[in-house]
Amino acid sequence: MRRRLTPYLLALPAWLWLAIFLVVPLAAMASVSTQTGNVIDGFQQTFTFANYTDAISRNSPQLLRSLWYGAAATVAMLVLGYPVAYWIAFKGGARKSVYLFLLLLPFFVSFVLRTISWGFLLADDGILFGTLKGWGLLPADFHVLATSFAVIAGLTYNWLPFMILPIYVGLERVDPRVIEASQDLYATKTTTFRKVVLPLSLPGVFAGVLMTFVPAVADPINAAVLGGTQNTMIGNIIQTEYLTNAQYPTASALSFTLMAVLLIGIFTYAKALGTENVLEAAAR
Amino acid sequence: MKNGGFLKLYTWLIIIWLSSPIAVMVLFGFNDKQSKSNTTWQGFTLKWYGKLFEIEGLTGALVNSLLIALAATVVTVVIGTMLGLALGRHRFRGQGATNFLVFAAISTPELVMGASLLSLFVSANLPRDAVTIIIAHVLFSLSFVTVTVRARVLTLDPSLEEAAKDLGASPWGTFRQVTLPAILPGVAAGGMLAFALSIDDYVVTSFVNGSTMTFPLWIVGSVKTGIPPQVNVMGTLIFGIGVLIAVANSIAARRRA
Amino acid sequence: MDPLMLRGMTQPRTRRNVLKLAGLSAAGLALAACGVQGQKAQNSPKPEAVKDFWSQQKKNGKVVFANWPEYMPEGQAPLKQFQQATGIAYEYKEVIQENAEFFGKVRPVLQAGQSLGYDIVVMTNGVQLQHMIDLGFVVELDHKQLPNFAANAGEKYKNRAYDPGNKYTVPYTSGITGIAYNTKYVKEDITSIQSLFDPKYKGRVGMMADAQEIGNFGCFAIGVDPEKSTEADWNKAGELLKKQRDDGLVRKYYDQGYIDAVAKGDVWLTMAWSGDVFQRQLAGEPVKFIVPQEGGTIWTDNMLIPKGAANPVDALMLMDHLYQPAVAAELEEFIQYISPVNGVVDILKQKAAEAKGEDKEALDLMIESPLIFPSEEDYAKLRSYRTLTTAEEQVYNRVFQSITQA
Repeated sequence: MRRRLTPYLLALPAWLWLAIFLVVPLAAMASVSTQTGNVIDGFQQTFTFANYTDAISRNSPQLLRSLWYGAAATVAMLVLGYPVAYWIAFKGGARKSVYLFLLLLPFFVSFVLRTISWGFLLADDGILFGTLKGWGLLPADFHVLATSFAVIAGLTYNWLPFMILPIYVGLERVDPRVIEASQDLYATKTTTFRKVVLPLSLPGVFAGVLMTFVPAVADPINAAVLGGTQNTMIGNIIQTEYLTNAQYPTASALSFTLMAVLLIGIFTYAKALGTENVLEAAAR
Repeated sequence: MKNGGFLKLYTWLIIIWLSSPIAVMVLFGFNDKQSKSNTTWQGFTLKWYGKLFEIEGLTGALVNSLLIALAATVVTVVIGTMLGLALGRHRFRGQGATNFLVFAAISTPELVMGASLLSLFVSANLPRDAVTIIIAHVLFSLSFVTVTVRARVLTLDPSLEEAAKDLGASPWGTFRQVTLPAILPGVAAGGMLAFALSIDDYVVTSFVNGSTMTFPLWIVGSVKTGIPPQVNVMGTLIFGIGVLIAVANSIAARRRA
Repeated sequence: MDPLMLRGMTQPRTRRNVLKLAGLSAAGLALAACGVQGQKAQNSPKPEAVKDFWSQQKKNGKVVFANWPEYMPEGQAPLKQFQQATGIAYEYKEVIQENAEFFGKVRPVLQAGQSLGYDIVVMTNGVQLQHMIDLGFVVELDHKQLPNFAANAGEKYKNRAYDPGNKYTVPYTSGITGIAYNTKYVKEDITSIQSLFDPKYKGRVGMMADAQEIGNFGCFAIGVDPEKSTEADWNKAGELLKKQRDDGLVRKYYDQGYIDAVAKGDVWLTMAWSGDVFQRQLAGEPVKFIVPQEGGTIWTDNMLIPKGAANPVDALMLMDHLYQPAVAAELEEFIQYISPVNGVVDILKQKAAEAKGEDKEALDLMIESPLIFPSEEDYAKLRSYRTLTTAEEQVYNRVFQSITQA
């Protein structure tokens, strides 16, 4: 009896938190998303679902662009981050936590300072590109800031630790003896990796992708700071609609659309990944 | 493995890349600037270290941020780990819905989370202060801890816990001596993520803070007139203390090894 | 006059029952049911009502001032003097980061009839300030208690279009939106707004992302006074700005980062705020600022008393205190935007005469700078943002945001 209650007791505090502080406000937001009006005269509930179609049709380029930037950044993070997680998990020894801490430490300092510093480092004629241009290694009008590349790189930079840590957490559990044994069995390292390490790390990869792709798609900061004229992301639009235009229904409708798209994306991804663990983790 | 050396170098390169803007920040904490803007190098000075605590509002904001991040991390780690265990280890009714919620919490745009929480607090006539900030920070960090811990739990072999129980350990004893050590890397990683999310949050906090200021809020506000170098110095100190902790840990690790 | 209604003007309905978790959810469900409430201002209360309101208020001996960071000298000397002179204790809070965000955050609170806990708030003229006034969130000022304002406020800062007769607000500090350019890269004297549309600066032009800022410049560019512009003008300006973007002239639509960009040469010329440029000039960077011949924008950060303020009389006293030239000069020396108070320049000249070394240099630069003390000629070219009705606002935003947020 007691054991059957265990999961419920374990989940209870988080349930309460999520129910009161997430579900209730989201329900309120859902209600707002079909209202009409303006901030001065007020908003009335009119069940105007056209708010959704309007918002989507007006902002579909930004929505698609956000998904593309988020996906590109997530792939970059996976490629860049996996080897780091791998090395720390298997070779980090007693200092594993030190390495993880060092990876996260830059993020304890405000994003404003990091952003300003990147502006300094990557300026067109700054210490990096200015020097290279001086040596004639780059054309004079070369620039990184104000491009799509800068936005994707910024997203990659900002969320990379959130990819590395969960992968590490999964890999760290893999017993080195399993790997030795499998090397005896399969002989090549690639096969060992493919048949043993990779499957065991999949829950971590899933967690990492979830924790980076989703926030990256919704991110309003990198596009605003690093992007150029036509790199606006959906997060920026939501901000403008809510804060500047005080169009709360439009902002809510856009947010729900975004959440729905992300939800579908993640479940499709879980299916495609296909291992039992991951499917369980995502869908049960 | 033979390529361990290469990967080690690679890992350090990533760490250096992630820290590179911090180097600029540290540098400009020593800038002898002549105006409010602090983005052009104008000579070396130590004076900002001497005037570190002269801006009352800034000092207070930093202290608030640290305390809030600590409190939020503790709460998040406890309830997030519990939920991660429940999801990763057990099967129960409402599991699908719970997974869905955990996911929804990550995918809620920050702005919407902040704005809708504010509406909730206002309708409940709950004054906005450090407590409401902590509530919000726990909310958006919770899923990150849960997902990380669950990823760890999924790799565990449940038979160990069964064995402990068979040997007569109490549930609490089993948890403390078997489960917790096994999931600790996940818990620690989740805790670090939660701390980083909390101490650097701007959007959500800006809605639910009332008149309690945090470090990121103060900095964003000061962008309009020029970020004072004390901000860089404080950032430097946070980073420096972090590095010291890392070094101390590292030495301790060598001793243990 | 109904005293209850009077109370309603300033006192929040404090229901002191702090709700427990269950209550919270109930509140949330109620929230879900009614959504965002509207509340159009009961077209400003009658003059007697305002008079009655103020006659019932008295000095409480304390005041809470909510402002932007770095808008008050370190050590808060002007406020300390106020405390000494009046015995009123002050609390100073640097809680405002951005107008839109600030409005987003205070609207639900004020709408629920709760108090912000601030007696003075500083907001820029613009959409959000307009919303605050239209929603009845701002207490009408009693000018009888603002003698220094009457005596010392510059004529240019009284009676502005966004608040005729300074009914709700008095200026705290002002700034100009003009063009900044980096003389290392731009080898001509920029005088016209058309330079922002000059193909030779392709990819090197910075524009502002804010709809009101860029909208004003679009209007100047087509030769229209933005304050009097019509929907047809906006569309025409919008087309010009869209072409500017599609021809690749614009590098980026900036929020705040333009000043770093122009100082480092990422952009060569850009829309800019006067105070930002002045800071760069102090730092010795090659950045020039001009008010284009077609016109520039003047904006003002204003002090106001939010509805529900607990200490309105003390708030008026503090506002008025800041309108003494000596106090205003002290503020100006730190803020380095444009002071709305007459006589500041003379006090700074006196100070400069007594000062030495770096302090004197900085003061002299300030006194001579047209960015701090604009010339009459510049003032003649300056216009405010277009004051928009709610319906106009939607059209206006759509025209310009479709360019900056593509």
